[in-house]
Amino acid sequence: MRLKLVALAASLALAACGGQTNAGGEISLLNVSYDPTRELYEEFNADFSANYKTPEGKTVKVNMSHGGSGKQTRSVIDGLDADVVTLALQNDIDLIAKETGKIPADWRTKLPANSAPYTSTIVFLVRAGNPKNIKDWNDLTLPGVGVITPNPKTSGGARWNYLAAWAYASKQFVGDEAKIKEFVGALYKNVLKLDSGARGSTVTFTQQGTGDVLITWENEGFLTLDEQGADKYQIVYPSLSIRAEPPVAVVVGNAEKKGPEQVAVAEAYLKHLYEPAGQRIVAKHYYRPNDPSAADPADIARLQPVEMVTIDDPLFGGWAQAQPKHFDDGGLYDQIFTAR
Amino acid sequence: MTATAPDGARSFRWRRRSVLPGFGLSMGYTIAYLSLIVLIPLAGLGIRSASLGWDQFWKIAFDQRVVSALQLSFGAALIAAIINTVFGVLVAWVLVRYRFPGRRWLDAAVDLPFALPTAVAGIALATLYAPNGPFGMILDDWFGIKVGFTSTGVVMALIFVGLPFVVRTVQPVLEEIDRETEEVAATLGARRWRTVTRVIFPALFPAILTGFALSFARGVGEYGSVIFIASNLPYQSEIAPLLIIIKLEEHNYAGATAIATIMLVISFAMLFVINLLQAWSRKWFGHE
Amino acid sequence: MVLIAVSLGFLGLMLIAPLLVVFVEAFSRGLGVYFDALALPDTMAALQLTLLVAVIAVPANLVFGVAAAWLIAKFDFKGKAFLLTLIDLPFAVSPVVSGLIFVLLFGANSALGPVLDSYGIKVLFAVPGIVIATIFITFPFIARELIPLMQQQGSSEEEAAVSLGASGWRTFFQVTLPNVKWGLLYGVLLCNARAMGEFGAVSVVSGHIRGVTNTLPLHIEILYNDNKAAAAFAVASLLAMLALVTLAVKTLLEARFAGEIAAQRRH
Repeated sequence: MRLKLVALAASLALAACGGQTNAGGEISLLNVSYDPTRELYEEFNADFSANYKTPEGKTVKVNMSHGGSGKQTRSVIDGLDADVVTLALQNDIDLIAKETGKIPADWRTKLPANSAPYTSTIVFLVRAGNPKNIKDWNDLTLPGVGVITPNPKTSGGARWNYLAAWAYASKQFVGDEAKIKEFVGALYKNVLKLDSGARGSTVTFTQQGTGDVLITWENEGFLTLDEQGADKYQIVYPSLSIRAEPPVAVVVGNAEKKGPEQVAVAEAYLKHLYEPAGQRIVAKHYYRPNDPSAADPADIARLQPVEMVTIDDPLFGGWAQAQPKHFDDGGLYDQIFTAR
Repeated sequence: MTATAPDGARSFRWRRRSVLPGFGLSMGYTIAYLSLIVLIPLAGLGIRSASLGWDQFWKIAFDQRVVSALQLSFGAALIAAIINTVFGVLVAWVLVRYRFPGRRWLDAAVDLPFALPTAVAGIALATLYAPNGPFGMILDDWFGIKVGFTSTGVVMALIFVGLPFVVRTVQPVLEEIDRETEEVAATLGARRWRTVTRVIFPALFPAILTGFALSFARGVGEYGSVIFIASNLPYQSEIAPLLIIIKLEEHNYAGATAIATIMLVISFAMLFVINLLQAWSRKWFGHE
Repeated sequence: MVLIAVSLGFLGLMLIAPLLVVFVEAFSRGLGVYFDALALPDTMAALQLTLLVAVIAVPANLVFGVAAAWLIAKFDFKGKAFLLTLIDLPFAVSPVVSGLIFVLLFGANSALGPVLDSYGIKVLFAVPGIVIATIFITFPFIARELIPLMQQQGSSEEEAAVSLGASGWRTFFQVTLPNVKWGLLYGVLLCNARAMGEFGAVSVVSGHIRGVTNTLPLHIEILYNDNKAAAAFAVASLLAMLALVTLAVKTLLEARFAGEIAAQRRH
């Protein structure tokens, strides 16, 4: 059968060119990232490619993959050939390090500020005029308020959302876990749709007009105002939020296979995030830069000061404790959903 | 089957002799390709879930959340398949028995869900049935029915993806049934309803069954279109395939594999029963 | 009359309305946005990948479909219902599960993955994985289209040809193939449409690298999530048009060759 042979030859040829080859004067780098960083890295990659050349004079083309942080983590563990990961949670990178050994266990020490080049926080996005008068977390538990937030099982941002609500409740009820659970449970009872990533939730809230309040990244909130019109939505800062520290790391195991040059490029790429030019771009996209002095002061002025807890607060005890306690199968998050 | 020898006494041979060549080649190729593409990969799934051990497997299988997701997937698929069977037979009937302008295009449109990517269908359905969408608003305002982001939405999406199966399996058989048979029945004095129940329905039955089964099976596994229109909340509108994805992304391969295996076994058993029923009804009703 | 109205209403509501939405939304921001979305390099790359996948998957399943139909329609053997069920199986396997099985088979934690990787062959998160998942998903389409048709036609013509001394291949190409060509074509068209439109399974094995492993349906999701709904629907309209062209070709062929097709059915 001729057809069969053609098909066979074609699939063999494909398999052969499946391995990554670096064309002539260009190196390609794969950055596997979480959901709301699309616009940030679009600009940052262009800036990096324009300004960076390897010692041999090669230019760099950065490929992107975006998705929920958990999904991206799984893909890298299953073999997605990422050179760098820029994810929403420290825990996700820890998992890659543990499962594959392609990232050194002490990756957090490789770059400044625990390898988090910028921080962000969690805010509310409400419809113009704030018709439901939402001011703080307790308004989200009131009957009749429709809440949109992504699924903490698949989305990193959603985990920060959940933990911020938990922190607020913990302060309200002075650590009484039964009451905290009840509060967070009431909040999640108001959730209308759990999307798999932060961006999916934004689309549900804006394009499909569902819900009264979207719990989301500060940067995502501002971006939505830009894209959808500041006259349609407004941002509400709660009285207490959480400091989200999205970390970055070189996937040494993957980069090494492509040669020492690849590792050097990957390292330079992440370092560029910390350099003034990188910090400036970070601030422009509504993230909170580590070094505000490098950013346009107007960009910094847009972000309101807000009281924030961190994941290393004794309340959570770092990701190593918070992840299993809250998000693993049968953890506190699963417990607040009871069969109805 | 018309031309092969009539079904006689059961032969002890593995296969009936035929003058046609190519049995070995076609059997060999079919089995080899089937094994390579379908069976070996699926066996991988089986092995993975077998390595779980019964205790762990049952624990996952009877977890409340898994049970309610499976209930939703199978329940919604059942409702959708029933609706599709009723309307599918009706549509097939209309397409075959009536002539009206645009019939041919309508006929073509039936295949749309086969051809339209499920993600596109999901986004389009979500746009239509979202609370601010044209249909969503009407249904909510006039009838108080919420479709978008509820389990009703899940059924809606499954009706869409499963619709062509019934029409496409019933239609050719309906075309086949000689009008003559009906006319003979009619001239012999059978009333119209009797003609339908005694002559047409038995002949159609195997096809309807196949269509129903395929539509149901497709609905059980559907993912792409459903996640856009369902709220994906646990215990409410979280379908089993979504739960598999969630387990996968939690890095809980054991959980994902176990749910996948349960779905697979149920679907396979169902398809097998249907195929047997069909072979049986072919013999029974003597059609085809 | 009532029956016609009910059918039309049902199809209109369930099928035509979603299709209209795609086109209305696609052009909602004007022609400029529409063509800009189609001209994006990522869209072009996704289109190329989608075509490549279909070009491999469809012929592979075509050969299988013909072989399986010949086997099942022309011979009687034990275990036929079982074999038929196995062929139907990919219909019943959730696309998500289809993706999962290839992750289990070729993933970094599987037995095969690291071996292939040591030879520099990437399957998962690369083009071969997408091709294999697509073949799996579209596996039964052509076989399922041919089997009932060939069963209905029986094998008297082929038996006559063979007894007159024609070789097996000759019988197949000159008797069987002409008899089933319309069914075959229809199967190929559907298989192709499904291959180009598959989302769930491909989404699990693709890795979503923009411009590299994104097929058109994945690209649509990305655009939709990029706050570019109009662009997403523009690309979606491309696939919808493909679906429409598929159906139009089928309809026109049927109209043109109605007599011939009817004759085939009556064999």
